[in-house]
Amino acid sequence: MKPLLKITDLHVSIEGKKILNGINLTINSGEVHAIMGPNGSGKSTLGNVLAGREEYTIESGSIEFEGEDLLSMDIDQRALSGIFLAFQYPVEIPGVSNSNFLKSIINAKRVFQGLPELNALEMLKYIRSKMIAIEMDENLLKRSLNDGFSGGEKKRNEILQMTLLEPKMAILDETDSGLDIDALRIVAEGVNQLRSPARSFIVVTHYQRLLNYIIPDFVHVLSNGRILATGDKTLAEKLEDQGYDWIREGNSVTP
Amino acid sequence: MSDSMQTLEVHNQSEYKYGWSTELDMDTFPKGLSEETVRAISARKKEPEWLLEWRLDAYRHWLTLREPTWANIHYPVINYQDIIYFAAPKKKLGSLDEADPELLKMFDKLGVPLEERKVLAGVAVDAVIDSVSVTTTFKKELGELGIIFCSFSEAVNEHPYLVRKYLGSVVPSGDNFFAALNSAVFSDGSFCYIPPGVRCPMELSTYFRINAANTGQFERTLIVADKGSYVSYLEGCTAPMRDENQLHAAVVEIVAMDEAFVKYSTVQNWYPGDKNGKGGIYNFVTKRGICAGFRSKISWTQVETGSAITWKYPSCILKGDESVGEFYSVAVTNNYQQADTGTKMIHIGKNTKSTIISKGISAGYSNNSYRGLVKIGKRADGAQNFSQCDSLLMGDKCGAHTFPYLEVDNPGARVEHEATTSKIGEDQLFYCKQRGLSEEDAINMIVNGYCKEVFKELPMEFAVEAQKLLAISLEGSVG
Repeated sequence: MKPLLKITDLHVSIEGKKILNGINLTINSGEVHAIMGPNGSGKSTLGNVLAGREEYTIESGSIEFEGEDLLSMDIDQRALSGIFLAFQYPVEIPGVSNSNFLKSIINAKRVFQGLPELNALEMLKYIRSKMIAIEMDENLLKRSLNDGFSGGEKKRNEILQMTLLEPKMAILDETDSGLDIDALRIVAEGVNQLRSPARSFIVVTHYQRLLNYIIPDFVHVLSNGRILATGDKTLAEKLEDQGYDWIREGNSVTP
Repeated sequence: MSDSMQTLEVHNQSEYKYGWSTELDMDTFPKGLSEETVRAISARKKEPEWLLEWRLDAYRHWLTLREPTWANIHYPVINYQDIIYFAAPKKKLGSLDEADPELLKMFDKLGVPLEERKVLAGVAVDAVIDSVSVTTTFKKELGELGIIFCSFSEAVNEHPYLVRKYLGSVVPSGDNFFAALNSAVFSDGSFCYIPPGVRCPMELSTYFRINAANTGQFERTLIVADKGSYVSYLEGCTAPMRDENQLHAAVVEIVAMDEAFVKYSTVQNWYPGDKNGKGGIYNFVTKRGICAGFRSKISWTQVETGSAITWKYPSCILKGDESVGEFYSVAVTNNYQQADTGTKMIHIGKNTKSTIISKGISAGYSNNSYRGLVKIGKRADGAQNFSQCDSLLMGDKCGAHTFPYLEVDNPGARVEHEATTSKIGEDQLFYCKQRGLSEEDAINMIVNGYCKEVFKELPMEFAVEAQKLLAISLEGSVG
């Protein structure tokens, strides 16, 4: 079977500083991969590079998404092709109503897929149905996009967008950071509802606790821009118990 | 630098949609300005003696004035002898049917609602081409309510009492260099009077168009809203694309009596010049309203996207107690455009209130300045002002400047000023694009969000036009 995503020997720098030093990662449809690692290990960089953030320089290596060269695609083309990044720090856009933004992104996707745009009524119905599932307050539709939202509201809004756009490859960048336990549970349930054989996830997290709710198929440990260990969920538990030091000492672990 | 920042530097001139000119049979004066020119204009318009004297007085005063240099704009010296001061389509119009078909076609292209079909839209239009007002629609319907809406020339002949009483009462003929020039040579414009207690049932609209080459346009608008009346007035402007700069020096005067409310909205889309800064309109405009009466209100809303140079400060003199002045502005500059615009709020009466919301957007190599004065007089107990001036920069070759002036002579006044300068966020762009929006759509969304507070003040139809215009003006400024 052709993998959904294949990263080969990826080297990435920002302003001359190397961040990723030869990442190899293959993700098949339906798999959930957790990426863990200490601060500054390059976890967030990987998600941003996949989404196409322009500050990063690709030194060498390749990324194939559904067999296509992802690195040659524009940010919006990647998104429309099915890559979704849930931001660690969702951006605020004053004056743009959340509902208007959601409408625009849903219709952009539909146009890309050759489907007719949804009218206002259909749109509202569609958005509402998804909001209920993640216990999101409908008033947040009228407010400006993420403007003055609490941390939890912002993260829920990310999950809402993910649910609405139905991506093939969803990357959650430290979605658990700054969430209380209830919000964490709701966000995780949102993700679990979306798990399907046609959808893969990369869950970037610093802590193991999110992985109590989203059970990963694989756990990768990133340090100094390299994947030093790969295992199943027990690896995450071991990290929780023993920290990252035992891996740094060079005990390379492979599944 | 990221790719997106680099593309910010690629400034393709977006197509200026109104850049054509029309071959009309024109009656034009030779270039140049002298007392003779002023007399000739007045004679051509068969004006009464008092108006000629008023013009001559303004002209003589103008000769003593110097072009102002305090604004944050730079341009070569204007040769006032190299301008044609009067140009008019030759045919005199009795009705629309007699209009030059070329002219009607031009209005069609402009989308000016001169025709019956537009009755539905409820817009009455006075269209000024070059120097003269061409036709005024809906005069009859408005007449039944006692509303006078006609060309300035017509008003001079048919309503001399009103014109004489109010002309120059808000912007005196010698007010400033450009206002004096206008007062001397103004060729036409619009006049509007709303009688006491009448709420004008439709938006009144003036469409200005500079068509002829080498011609300056100097129109005057005078709006008088009598006690308890209401009117919403719209102004639109376009011009052909020409390599030379053309001068537009207009004057707008508004008088609001007790409890009258005048809402004046402008979508200014004069030709801005090409991407290298060649050509474009020099727009030196004096707009001022007086809230003469108790609880009167004047609200200026402007969306400025055109002109090579914009020099414009729609202002309110808040003389009546409890009167209200508002200024909502979006000024967009791209390529080599320069804008120095803002407002003056002069609080004289008690418990007067003013609000200033200014949104500047600079792209390309342009410069965008906000200049505003809030003056609270000694008598203005309980006066309040709120000002908010935001600047948005696109790319790193443009400039945004804020020059707020504050003169408070009454200790009981409350004045608040907020100002922000932000760059269009790489983060915001990335976020929108990551959700599948194109760069163009993302920019439009972010910029429209930024301007929302101003757009919501515009009449519905105009707001839609303004949004589109904004998109066109910034087209190619990013990505």
